[in-house]
Amino acid sequence: MATAEKDFGTSFDPGIWKGILPYLKPYRWEFTVILLGNLLCAVIDVLFPLFQRYAIDRFVGEATTRGLVPFGVLYALCTVLQALLVVWWTRACMRVEMNFGKDLRRTQFVHLQKLSLSYYNVTPVGYLLARTMNDTGKVSAVLGWNVASILWGVLYMAGSFLAMLWLNWRMALLVLLVAPVIVLLSGYFQKRILTWNRRVRKLNSRITGAFNEGITGAKTSKTLVIEDQNLEDFQGLTGEMERSGVRAARVSALYVPLILFLSTTATALVLVRGGWLEREGVLLLGTLSAFFSYATGLFEPIQQTARDLSDIVSVQASLERVLDLLHEEPGVTDPPEVTERWGDAFHPKKENWVPIRGDITFEDVSFRYPDGTEDVLSHFNLHVPAGTTVAIVGETGAGKSTLVNLACRFFEPTGGRVLIDGIDYRRRSQLWLHSALGYVLQTPHLFSGTVMENIRYGRLDATDEEVYAAARAVSADTVVEKLEQGYDTQVGEGGDRLSTGEKQLISFARAVLADPRIFVLDEATSSIDTETEQLIQQATARLLEGRTSFLIAHRLSTIRQADLILVVRDGRIVEQGTHRELLARRGYYHDLYARQFAQEAEERYHHRSGGEA
Amino acid sequence: MKPHRKLSVIWRFLRGVTPLFLASLLCSMLNTLFTALTPQIIRAAVDSVIGTEPFGGLPAVLAGRLAGLPFREALLWSAGAVLTVSALAALCGFLSRTGTAMCSERFVKSIRDTLFGHIQRLPFAWHTGHQTGEIIQRCTSDVEVIRNFVTTQCLEAFRVFFLVAVSFALMFPMNAKISLVALLFLPVVVAYSLFFYRRMAQRFLDADEAEGELTTGVQENLTGVRVVRAFGREAFEVEKFDRQNGRFSELWIRLGKLMSIYWACGDLLCGFQILAVLLVGVSETVSGSITPGTLLAFLSYNAAMIWPVRSLGRVLSEMSKAGVSIDRVGEILDAEEETAPAFPQTPDWGGDIAFEHVTFGYSGEEPVLRDVSFTIPAGRTFAILGGTGSGKSTVAALLTRLYDLAPGAGRITVGGVDLRDIPREEVRRHIALVLQEPFLYSRTVEENIRAVRPAAGREEVRRAARAACVDEALAEMALGYDTVVGERGVTLSGGQKQRVAIARTLLAGAPVLLLDDSLSAVDTETDANIRSALLQQAAGTTLVLISHRVTTLMQADRILVLENGRVAEEGTHAQLIARDGPYRRVCDIQMNQDDRALLAEEGGEA
Repeated sequence: MATAEKDFGTSFDPGIWKGILPYLKPYRWEFTVILLGNLLCAVIDVLFPLFQRYAIDRFVGEATTRGLVPFGVLYALCTVLQALLVVWWTRACMRVEMNFGKDLRRTQFVHLQKLSLSYYNVTPVGYLLARTMNDTGKVSAVLGWNVASILWGVLYMAGSFLAMLWLNWRMALLVLLVAPVIVLLSGYFQKRILTWNRRVRKLNSRITGAFNEGITGAKTSKTLVIEDQNLEDFQGLTGEMERSGVRAARVSALYVPLILFLSTTATALVLVRGGWLEREGVLLLGTLSAFFSYATGLFEPIQQTARDLSDIVSVQASLERVLDLLHEEPGVTDPPEVTERWGDAFHPKKENWVPIRGDITFEDVSFRYPDGTEDVLSHFNLHVPAGTTVAIVGETGAGKSTLVNLACRFFEPTGGRVLIDGIDYRRRSQLWLHSALGYVLQTPHLFSGTVMENIRYGRLDATDEEVYAAARAVSADTVVEKLEQGYDTQVGEGGDRLSTGEKQLISFARAVLADPRIFVLDEATSSIDTETEQLIQQATARLLEGRTSFLIAHRLSTIRQADLILVVRDGRIVEQGTHRELLARRGYYHDLYARQFAQEAEERYHHRSGGEA
Repeated sequence: MKPHRKLSVIWRFLRGVTPLFLASLLCSMLNTLFTALTPQIIRAAVDSVIGTEPFGGLPAVLAGRLAGLPFREALLWSAGAVLTVSALAALCGFLSRTGTAMCSERFVKSIRDTLFGHIQRLPFAWHTGHQTGEIIQRCTSDVEVIRNFVTTQCLEAFRVFFLVAVSFALMFPMNAKISLVALLFLPVVVAYSLFFYRRMAQRFLDADEAEGELTTGVQENLTGVRVVRAFGREAFEVEKFDRQNGRFSELWIRLGKLMSIYWACGDLLCGFQILAVLLVGVSETVSGSITPGTLLAFLSYNAAMIWPVRSLGRVLSEMSKAGVSIDRVGEILDAEEETAPAFPQTPDWGGDIAFEHVTFGYSGEEPVLRDVSFTIPAGRTFAILGGTGSGKSTVAALLTRLYDLAPGAGRITVGGVDLRDIPREEVRRHIALVLQEPFLYSRTVEENIRAVRPAAGREEVRRAARAACVDEALAEMALGYDTVVGERGVTLSGGQKQRVAIARTLLAGAPVLLLDDSLSAVDTETDANIRSALLQQAAGTTLVLISHRVTTLMQADRILVLENGRVAEEGTHAQLIARDGPYRRVCDIQMNQDDRALLAEEGGEA
C-alpha cells in the first residue's frame, strides 16, 4: 500500500542522496558561497586563540602595551570580516533552502497533476500533503543549513588541530587522545537520541490523533456514555508518552555532561603537560592559554557535527519518500507522438484539436483494475451515439463508476479500444477529451474562493454575465442570492461553508458554463431536503439536454429519463435496455426496482381498496 | 486573563511536581557553581603552581599545605581538582536535566489528561461553538508552548541570570574595572536580541500565513483532483500553485535577510565584548593590577557567559508568547462541564415519552421548535418526518439531553418525570441515539461495536452486526471484525459506518432507540431490512425514526410531521396519505406517480 511507512535505518546512505543531485545543480554558486564562507569563518575562529596567545606573550610577557592599538584594530577587523561572512553565507543557505524547496515542491506538484486517479484512490491526501510540504521542507532545510554547519565544524576542527600541531605537537597529540573518544561517544549517543526522538514523535502524533478523536467524536461519546473509558485509554497513551519522554531526555542528559567532562579532561591534560613545559621555559603562558581555548572549543563542533549528521540521517527518510513519489509512474500517459501533435496538459496545441461531438464506442473492451485479480469487464461492446443519456444503476459498491472512468479515460482499457467520434482516444491527448468533459461528483468539491470564482472554474474566460446565466440555467441563482454576499461569498475550504445541496447546485453551474459535450453525473445518495432535491432534479434535466451523458443514478426519476440503462451487479453489466424493456424482462432490474416500491405499492393498494377512490 | 489567573493555571499543574522541580533547580545551580570553579583552579595553578604568587582566596591551612608541595605534585593536584570539580558539575548537570525532564513530562501529562477529560464533559453546545482544528491546536501546540515556557525557558532564563550573578560575584573581587567593561555589554546584547526578535516576529507570522495558504492550496488541489482532471485545469492549478509557492519562498528569503543581519550583529557585539575584555585585561595585567592567571580566568568567565546571555534575548521574547497560549488553554479549562441535577430521579423507562409545549432555540437564535407537543407511546415505532430546518434533529438532541430546555419553555417527560431531573448519563444509557454521521473510533470494528459494553462476547457483537445488516460486509473484509477503522485504518463507506453505529447502539440494549436519519446513506432495500431486523431483535423497544425519506417511515405506528418547528400533522401513514397535507406532498414528490402506475401494471400482469 502506498501509505505504508517504511521503517528507516539509523545510518547514512549516500545512494539515496545521489537521487537529489540533479535538482541541486542550479545552486552551485550558493554552495560555493557556503563552502567559502564557512572556510573563512572557521579560519578566523581558529585565529582568535592565537590572538589571545599573542596578547599574553607579547604584551603581558614583555610587560608593555606598545602595539596594543594595532593589535586591537586587527582583531576588530577580523570580527567585522567574520560578521560580513556570516551575512553572506547565511543568505546563501536561505536561498538554497527556499528556492531549492520551491523547485522540489513544484516538481512534485506538477507530477501529482499527472498521476492517475487510481493512485489517488489508494493514497490519502494527507500522505501526499506531508510529502510536498513537510518532507520537502525538511530536506531543503538540511541541504542548506546542516551542510553549512558540518562544513564549519569539520573545517574548524581541522584548523584547530593544525594550529595546535604548529604550536606544540606533543601537546596537540595529548588533546588528540580525547577527541576520538568524544567522536565515538557522540556517534553512539546521537543514534540513540535519534531512535528515541522518533519514538516520542510517533507518540506525539498519536496523542494529537487521540485529541482529534476525543473532540470530533464528542457527540458520539456522549450519546454512548463512554467518556470515562475514553479518558482511561487516553491516560494510558499519555503515560506511555511520559515514560518515553523521560527516557529520551535521560539519553541526552547523560550525553551532554559526559562530553563536557571529557573536554575538561583535555583541559586538565593540557594543564599538567603545559604547566610542566612552561616551568621548563619551553612553552610560554600565551601558548598554554591558546591550548586551553582549543581544548574547551573542541566540544562544540564535534557535538554540533554529530547532531547535524543525525539530522541528515533522519531526513533521509523524508527524501526517500519524496523520491518515491516522484518515481511513481502515471497510470495514463500520452505517448510522445501524441504530445507532439496535440500538446500536453500544460501546453495544449488547441489549434490542432477537432471539436468533440460526443459519440462514444466501447469496442471489445476488457478491463481490470491495477490492483485487481480478475477482469471486471471482458469483451464489452457498446455504442453511445452523441446526445444519448446512459444511466448506470446497481447497489452500493457494485462497481458503477468503472464504465465512467473508462469513458473519461481516467483509466484505459486493458484490452480493446474506446472510440470518441470514431477515434481511439489514446491517439489524442488527455486534455483534448477532458476539455470536453463535465463532471459532477456525488460529494461536490469546490475550491476556496468566491462562488463566482468557483463557477468560473468551468470556463476561465467566461464573463460575469455568462456566469450568472449558467447559474440561472440550473436554478443555482436562487441559492446564491440567499447567501449574504451573493456571488462574492467566500465558500471556505473545500466549500465547507455551504451545505451539500448548495455545493451541488454550484457545481452544476460550473459544469454548465464549461458546456461539455460529455457529461458525467455521480448522483448524491446523501440526504438533501426535498425542496433542494427538486431544484437539483430540474437542473439535471437541463444539463442533460443535447449532451452525451453518463449518470451514476440512485433516483428512479433520473433513471427513467435515460435512453439507456446499464444494470451493474458485482462489477459486471448484467442487463441493459430502456426502463420499460428492463421492467418487462423481469430480471435483476425489476427486482431492484420492485423492492424499492413494493411496500409503498402495497400500502397504496390497501388504501385504494379501502374504498376511497 | 489577569496575570494571577495565568499563574494559577500553571500552578494547578505544577503543584504535583514542586519538590522535584525545586531539586532540579538546585542541581542546576550547583552545576553552574561547580563549572564556575574551574577557571579559579586554573588561575591558582597558573599563578601559584607554575608562577610564584601566593595562593590567594584559599583558607590559610590549605594554602600552606599546597605551597609546601613539590611542583610536579602540586600540578597533578590542580589537574585532579579540575577533573573532580568538572565530574561534580557533570553529575549535577545530569541530575538537573533528568529531573527537569521528569517534571516536564509529568507536568504536560497532567495538562493533557485534564484537558481531554474536561473536553469530553463539556456541554455539547460548547463543542458546536468551537472549531475542532482550533481546539486541537490549543491542546497540542499551545500546551507545548506552556510546557516550554515553564520547564525550558523559565529555567533557562533563571540559569543565565544565576550564571551572570555567580560570574560577576567571582569577577568583581578579582578586578572591578574589567568586570565593569564586561558588564557594560550585557544589557546591549540582551536588548539587541529582543529588538530583532520583535522585528522578526511579524515577518514570521507573515511567512507562516503564506505557508498555511500554500498548504491549503495543495490540499484542495489534491482532494479536488477529480474536478481538476475533469475540467482539464492542470495548467491553471500549476499557475495558482506557483503564485503561492513563490510567495512563500519569497517571504522566507526576506525573513532570512533580516535574520542574517541579526546573527552577524550578534557575532559582532560578542566579538567586540571579548576584545574589550581582552584589551582592558591585558593592560591591567601589564600594569600589574592582576596576575596572568587572573587574566585567563577573566577570559574564561567572559567566554562562558556571553553566549548564554546572547540566547537570553531569544528566550525572553519567546517567553512573551506563552501568555497567549496560557489564555487559550485557560479558556477551555474555565468552560463549565455538564452539570448533574440537584435531586436526581429515576423514571420508569417503560413509560411514555411526552413533549409538552416545547419551545427551543439554539443560543441566541430564532426558536427551532415552537410549542411542540406529542407523545411517543412506549414499545411502539414512532416516526418524525421533516425537511431541513424543520427541527427534527433538535428533537433527538433534546431527548438525549445534548441540549436542555430553558425554564418555562415547556418540558419533556419520561414516565411522568422531567428529563432535566434525570442525570445525563442515565438518560443517554436509556435513550440510545444513532447519528446520521456517526463517529467510529480508530480501533477495530469489533472494539467499536463493543465500546458501550466492553464485556460483550464475540457472538453478541455478531448478532448486533447481523441485525444492522453489516455482518456480511464485514465478513468480506480481509481482517473481518479486526479491521481497524477511522483515522489510522480503513475508511468505511457512509452506509457501512451507519450500520456499524447501529450495531453498536443495539448492543447497548437501551429501551428507547432513536435513529436520527441514520439510514440515509444505505439503499432503500437495506434500509427496509434493517428496520425489520430492529423490530424483531428489539421487540418491546420504543423505536423513534427520524427521516425525510417516506419509505423509511411509512410503516411506523405513528408519524409526526414537523414543518418549520411546528407540528404540521400526526397520524398513521394511511391517515396522512388520505389527507391533502405536507405528508402527502412529500410522498408525491418522492414517488413518481407514473412509476406506481407502471409497477401496478406489472404487478397486475403477474
